[in-house]
This record gives sequence, structure tokens and C-alpha cells, in this order.
Amino acid sequence: MSYAAVHEDDHHDHDHKPTGIGRWLFSTNHKDIGTMYLVFSLIMFFIGGAMAMVIRAELFQPGLQFVDPQFFNSMTTVHALVMIFGAVMPAGVGLANWMIPMMIGAPDMAMPRMNNMSFWILPFAFTLLLATFFMQGGAPAGGWTMYPPLVLQLGDGFPFLIFAVHFLGISSIMGAINIIATVFNMRAPGMTFMRLPLFVWTWIITAFLLIAAMPVLAGAVTMLLTDKFFGTAFFDAAGGGDPVLFQHVFWFFGHPEVYILVLPSFGIISQIIPTFARKPLFGYASMVYATASIAFLSFFVWAHHMFTVGMPLAGELFFMYATMAIAVPTGVKVFNWTATMWKGSMTFETPMLFAIGVLFMFTLGGFSGLMMGITPVDFQYHDTYFIVAHFHYVLVPGIVFGIISGVYYWMPKWTGHMYDEKLGKLHFWTSTISVNVLFFPMHFIGLAGMPRRIPDYSTQFTDWNMIISIGGFAFGLSQLILVWVVIKCIRGGEKATDQVWEGAHGLEFTLSSPPPFHSFTTPPEVTDATAHS
Amino acid sequence: MAQNTRVTAKKLFIFAACMFGFGYVMVPMYDLLCDVTGLNGKTGEVSQVKAESMHVDMNRLVTVEFDTNVNPALPWKFKASEFKMNVHPGEIAEAVFVVENTSNKPVVGQAVPSLVPALASLYFDKTECFCFTAQLLEPGERKEMIVRYVVGSELPENISTMTLSYTFFKAPDSDDVAVSEKESVKAISSKS
Repeated sequence: MSYAAVHEDDHHDHDHKPTGIGRWLFSTNHKDIGTMYLVFSLIMFFIGGAMAMVIRAELFQPGLQFVDPQFFNSMTTVHALVMIFGAVMPAGVGLANWMIPMMIGAPDMAMPRMNNMSFWILPFAFTLLLATFFMQGGAPAGGWTMYPPLVLQLGDGFPFLIFAVHFLGISSIMGAINIIATVFNMRAPGMTFMRLPLFVWTWIITAFLLIAAMPVLAGAVTMLLTDKFFGTAFFDAAGGGDPVLFQHVFWFFGHPEVYILVLPSFGIISQIIPTFARKPLFGYASMVYATASIAFLSFFVWAHHMFTVGMPLAGELFFMYATMAIAVPTGVKVFNWTATMWKGSMTFETPMLFAIGVLFMFTLGGFSGLMMGITPVDFQYHDTYFIVAHFHYVLVPGIVFGIISGVYYWMPKWTGHMYDEKLGKLHFWTSTISVNVLFFPMHFIGLAGMPRRIPDYSTQFTDWNMIISIGGFAFGLSQLILVWVVIKCIRGGEKATDQVWEGAHGLEFTLSSPPPFHSFTTPPEVTDATAHS
Repeated sequence: MAQNTRVTAKKLFIFAACMFGFGYVMVPMYDLLCDVTGLNGKTGEVSQVKAESMHVDMNRLVTVEFDTNVNPALPWKFKASEFKMNVHPGEIAEAVFVVENTSNKPVVGQAVPSLVPALASLYFDKTECFCFTAQLLEPGERKEMIVRYVVGSELPENISTMTLSYTFFKAPDSDDVAVSEKESVKAISSKS
């Protein structure tokens, strides 16, 4: 509050924002880059969403209606790549860009130019990926996991796919390095590690996961590239290689990637639940250690994605128990969030509704994950709609809802205006009902044996598929409400106070709404009283 | 950019580069793991002398079945002369396979073996196999090829049947000389 006022004074002389397109192209400001990340992610969310709509339209009835099977396979493949790398990851990085400097009392990110570069790589990467739709041989259609030898049959689009993945890897590694460098070197005096807001903690751990996992993916796709064009035989059985090796390397990246996606969402709801329960977070230290343990364990469970490829019994048992072990720190987190709400003076504004939605529905997705972690039963679930139900429960109501709750929570801080609470609540309820209509019945048809990634199905699955498709269309339409709320909030609305929410704590809520262009030019002093909520 | 930021960033970039290398280290690690555990049914190789010195368990008979596959890129026919054999553990046995090149070009093929159950592959060794080297077949040529193998007498009691599967692939560099010459000429002319 007091330092916010100081800022406005000394900013008059050097706070000249560049104008026009140049402000965005050459931006080194953490807020502008954060905004670009978030807008980019929203656009990708709708592109990936449109692909999901094609999938659900085709699956509305058995038989082939709208698209040919090859294009259907491209839809499932590119939908996954766009949603994971284009929508969810950039949204997380966008929130980190906006919030981390404000939360730790820094003026900006540690490496602003690299920050600019890591954002601007993304549009190029997705141009490469989406351009494959117009090439000989079409877009990638062998599944987002890019298993050889199937992926090697892709036509002209193949090198574009590989280089797009390389670019995405470079972008997120640079983003991760920037976040760690910022948190390690630019904390305000008194902001010790154990006083960091939990969102910052989850992001440090996510950033380390990114740096450890993304290069392994880059290595795996490079091997695919040299197998196809330079005569190596990493995955080619005829040359002494083994296609199953790709699955090991891929999932060594792929499982930590799951936590790269979900940990920022955990961080967001750890900020929101204490605010609206008007109580400090229950078990702060245990939350930090639980997050770190989840990240550590995530490197020892990769083969649970491939129980059915053939493994020695000891291997199957090891990966089964390691997978079960992750439920322990995750259980600690769920317990702590629930305990934070216990006897709190709760109110249910939109961010809180979405955060509680995450808590409920992520846990549900977590349970179906435990079911699949049990090796013998996984043989029934493998490659059916049951796994589709599982990962969409953790990804959509678990992660996308977490990101949306963060957007509602911090939007008044960013724009200086309160969003329309009525529309926000409408968005929550339509999304929550439709997301369950969309994904819950997938458990049933999966257990009944409907395979994933196939454009046609046996007629006994028709009724549930129709219901699922209706849920899908409703969920897609509901997201337009979010767009409207955001536009309306940017344009105007009730003026937001500095603290925004009655129960909000933390450095970001001591700045004005909207905050000054450079967050903290004089570092604030952090004491136990002003530390984490 | 402050000095300490530079140091942090440098360390993290080195860490990222090491993890890229680690992806490649997983390749030999995986091969080693397959050797130790018999994963993917990779069978072993022994010398004739050692195989002959093995103890033969005349009280036990195990069944070895043969499965043959040809990768669609290879214009060959490939069959086992006998689909299964009963052998005593420790005795040297010989299986005969027939291949035929149905195309009008010489083609080089490479057979890749795999044995199930994977655990049995730790006790299954060959002294001689057509899969040890690539095989050249002239146009229309038909050839008999042999595998000489021995099932170790330490084979666990609960395994009574094994399936040895071979898949013939087109060897990676087996396009005939004429075509590759033409292609290189094309490549040169398109460059100039």
C-alpha cells in the first residue's frame, strides 16, 4: 500500500511503455509477457477444443459420419499436443510470469529478454505443428506419444512435428530457468524459502521437473528423426534396435510431465482456499515437502504407462508399488486443503468454487489413477475409454479448472476491475455439470471395453456416447462465457481494491490494482506477519 | 543481469544439457537390462564346445515352437520346416527354416529373434543361427537355413513350452546398387 504509492511517483520519469505492436513484440515486462502467454493459451484452448468437438461429433453415432479415420486420428493426436503444450503449459507459465515477481517482491523476472524469447518461440512452434494439416501425408495421426514405428510412417509432416517438439522443449526449458533464477536471486529481504507463497513453491518444483524431463523428450524425438533420415536404428528392430525402448525414454519424460501440468494448479488452489476460508493454509511445511516428494517419485513410475508391453514380474511389482507411493504425498495435500476449510468462515466466490471443484474432481481422477496403477487390473483398462476418463478428470477439472480459478482470483488485480460475479458463477456451474456429463460415462464404456482412438464403435456403446457428446458440446460452449467475462472485466466494472478479496494475504495484494508496470522497484521488507497467507 | 543470476542460469543450462545426454545413455542401459532380465526375449549365444559339454537331462522333455513372420517391406516367404520340436534340456538341437525371395531383385534380409516366455530366454542359447548375419537372396532363390540351439538344463520346472519367433526385416541398406546409384546421381544433379 504505502510502497505502491511510492512507485507511482518515481515511475513517472522512466515508466514509458512502448506503444503499438512493438510493446508486445519486444516486451521484456513480466506482466505483458504473462498476458501474452495467457492469451496464447486461451487461443490454443479453443483450437484444441474445436478438435475435441470434431471427435465428439464423429462419435455421436456409430459408423463413419463426418471425417475419414485418418483425419480422426489426426484430431486425437493434435488435440492432445495442442492442449498439453499449447494450452495448459503456457497458461501455467503465464500465471507464473504475472504472479511470481509480485509474490516475492521483485521488480521483474531475472532474465527479461530470455523471457521474451521463450514466449515468442511458441507461435512459431505451433505454426510448424498446425501447418502439417496442409501437407502431403497429413498431420500427425499416430497418437501424441509418437510411438515408432507408426509415427515414422507420417508423411512430409514428420520433421515438422519433431522440430515443433524441439522448439516447445527449448521454450519451456528457458522459461523454467528464468523462474528458478528469479526465485533464487530476486526475493525481497526477509522472504525466506519457507515464507514463499505455495504457488511459488509449486512453480520452483515444476521448473526443476521441466529442466530434467524436457531434454529427455528432445533426445527421444531426435532419435526418431535420425532413425527416419540418417540411418540410425535406435527403434528399428531390423537394425538391432527396439521400439519398446522409445516407450521407456518417452515415459521417463511423460510421467514427470504429468506433474509439470498439475503442480501449478495445486499451487493456485493453495492460494485460493485459505483466502476464502479466511484461515492460513493448514500444514504449510508438509505441503512443500509433499510437493517435492511427488516430483521426486515421478521419476520412478514411468513404466506404469506400459504395463502391457511385457516386463519381468519384478518390474511390474516395482512400478506398481512406486505408483501407489505417490498417493501418499498427494493424500497429504488433499487432507491439508480440506483441513484448511475446516471451521473456516467460507464464502463461495467464483475462484473458490473452481478451487473446490479441483479438490473434488482431481481426487476422483486420482482414484481412477490408483485403479490403473494396480498392474493386473490395468490389463483390462489399458487403451480403453477408462484411461481417457482418468486423464481427462485430472487434466480438465483438475488442471484447467485450477488455471481458471487462478484467472478469476487474480483478474481483478490485473485489470483493476471486478469481474461479473453472476457470469462467473454461471460459468462454474455450466462447466462443472457438463464436464461430468462429458467424462463420467467414459468410465462405464471403458470398463465395458470401448477402445480409445477409434472413429467407430460397437452399437451397444451408442447411448453413452451420445450423452458424452452432448456433455462435450455443452462444455465447449460454456467456455465462451469465460471469454465474455474476461473481455467485460478488461473493459470496465466495479473498481477493485488493492487487497481485492477480504481474506487475501501476500505481497501481490499490497500493490495497487492494476499494479505498476514494474512491480517492486524498492524491495518490501517481509516479516512473519506479512508472509504467506 | 546480476552476477548470481548468470551463475544460476549457467548451472541450470548445464543440467538441461546433461539430461539430454541422459536420454541417450538410456539406450545402452536398456540393452544391458534386457540382457540381464531376458526382457524382450533376446536369446543368448554359446560356443559349440561349451554347448556340447552341457549336462543332458534325459528325464525331461520340453517343447520348442517356431513362429515365422516377414515384414511387409520384404518380398520374401519364410517358413519353419517343422512347427515344433520336443527336446531334452542340455541337448543340441537343430531346426530348419525355408526362405524364398519372391521378387526379381537380389535382396538382403535380417532376421530378428524373440522368445516367450521372456524368462526362458535366459536359458536358451544358440551355437549357430541365420540371424547372426544378414542373408542375401538372389531373385527367386530358395534357401534352407538352420538354427542350432540348446535349452539349458537349469530351465525352471514350470516352463514346459517355449515359442521362438523370427521376423525377417529388409536390411536397412539393402536397396539394390543400381537404384542407390541413380538416386545419388539425382541428388548431385539437383544440387548443381
